[in-house]
Amino acid sequence: MKADPKRVLTGSHFLNGNHSATEGALAAGCTFAAGYPITPSTEIVERIASRFPQVGGVFIQMEDEIASSICLQGGVWAGHKSMTVTSGPGLSLMMEHIGLAAITETPCVLIDVQRTGPSTGLPTKTGQADMMQARWGSHGDYEIIALAPSSPQDCFDFTIDCFNLAEEYRTPVFLMSDESTGHMLEKVVIPEADKIDIVERKYYTGSEPYLPYKEEANGIPLMSKAGMGHYYHITGLTHDERGYPVLTQPVQKQMMKRLMGKVNDNVDKLTRVERINLDDADVAIVSYGISYRIALKAMEMAREKGVKAGILRLITCWPFPEKVVEELAKNFKSLVMVEQNFGQMYYEMDRVSNKHCNTFLCGSAGGDVHDPEEICNTILEAAK
Amino acid sequence: METSEIRLAGMGGQGVILAGMILGRAKSIIDNKFATMTQDFGPEARGGAASCAVILSDDPILYPNVTNPHTLVAMSQEAFTKYIGVVKPGGMLIVEEDLVKLSDDIDPSIRVFTIPATRLAEEIGRKIVLNIVMYGFIVSVTGLVSEESARKAVEASIPKGTEKLNLAAFEKGYQYGVEQLK
Repeated sequence: MKADPKRVLTGSHFLNGNHSATEGALAAGCTFAAGYPITPSTEIVERIASRFPQVGGVFIQMEDEIASSICLQGGVWAGHKSMTVTSGPGLSLMMEHIGLAAITETPCVLIDVQRTGPSTGLPTKTGQADMMQARWGSHGDYEIIALAPSSPQDCFDFTIDCFNLAEEYRTPVFLMSDESTGHMLEKVVIPEADKIDIVERKYYTGSEPYLPYKEEANGIPLMSKAGMGHYYHITGLTHDERGYPVLTQPVQKQMMKRLMGKVNDNVDKLTRVERINLDDADVAIVSYGISYRIALKAMEMAREKGVKAGILRLITCWPFPEKVVEELAKNFKSLVMVEQNFGQMYYEMDRVSNKHCNTFLCGSAGGDVHDPEEICNTILEAAK
Repeated sequence: METSEIRLAGMGGQGVILAGMILGRAKSIIDNKFATMTQDFGPEARGGAASCAVILSDDPILYPNVTNPHTLVAMSQEAFTKYIGVVKPGGMLIVEEDLVKLSDDIDPSIRVFTIPATRLAEEIGRKIVLNIVMYGFIVSVTGLVSEESARKAVEASIPKGTEKLNLAAFEKGYQYGVEQLK
């Protein structure tokens, strides 16, 4: 499927990351959004509220983030591609329903424009300290997918990817943006609609009674929507393929095997990384989002000082690209994680690397992007 | 061209942010090169102050922050006082001369250009276009983008029906700069 031309703002634009993400959502076919505006993500819902009336779609400003994250799922089951937008404090409130979306396999997109925490923190300043919360914040075992943009162009491209992945895997998908990326303006090139691939929702069209959680060949059930004539039941309780609660261990086991497997069995397919200057490098930096850009600058500085540094950029942060990172660890003496927190993705990197090489963290308290000099010093330290 | 960093600062309502956006658009969209613009958010940006920084480059821009701009455009006394100390030696200072009283301790290596942008805008008929007058002046004294690209960026950034007014404002500021450079 290709994007609908009337929803695609083809051309070159000077946009901030938040507005760009909104255009990505529109191009991806998002027709429903529920949210509670919060700095630094507000520009996304503002633009949704002004653009939806032009191209079709409903935005509801809910009473809070708890309501937004459940309204989001109502939108999905009514047949819409849906998203919500928030930042740290709002994401904390959404946690219960992220688990609900995971167990009910509700395809949805959550954009988290990260700011500095904990709690209210620095609302207008950048941070990357929600990475673990996005992955583990709701109780129980589940898997999600998360991509990290580092420019307004990425915000457009990756938001489309998020919607496509949500439909393909029927799981919550996060765009882990940040204040710096969300508020900076840069050139965003939006291609023609027929150049944008869109994954449409797969509905059950058979004549047998609909089984909402019947495993298909790829492990992912077909959906229905209100009005298609099917009776179905959606519950946060452990359920069988009919969607009805069955509170037994074997059914739990079967359900969880599929829920976890649909992401875990596809890590290779979901892994997206970029390799920069790794071929001749002595030190490898691993980074993502806005920090990756600053690390690029630091890489250049380190090279000027005679230390050959390269970068592995994680576009997919969740599921963590274990194989790629472990392979890197086998070929380097040291890996350096650069992120705006006190160590989140670092511990994932360390988990798969520490039996092969040394690992370093160049973290920060947030509040601003790294000073490239600081990263450069960690690179020099790691090269010793 | 080397990378250029410029900070535009003034008061809310002067159109400082829009001027920065138009400059970024001229470089990145019209000239198809690279521009990154950042804005000040937060409590320090309330109470009337408005500020943005634009990086213009022929190559992709990695680090988005501007700490020591080559060029400072100050459209209020507060903006001048806040940022004059961080301008790069050998840099450039552009001020709204009716709104900024220059101090006498400015680094002598900094070239200073002044324009009564608000008054010139009033002469055209609408004070609201003072930012476009200033933008025209910036383009002409800095040469950061060509006159033609700069004008196209104005056309791409303003509401329909205001072309004549805005282009007149651009022209006024641009020519004022040309005169000063003579």
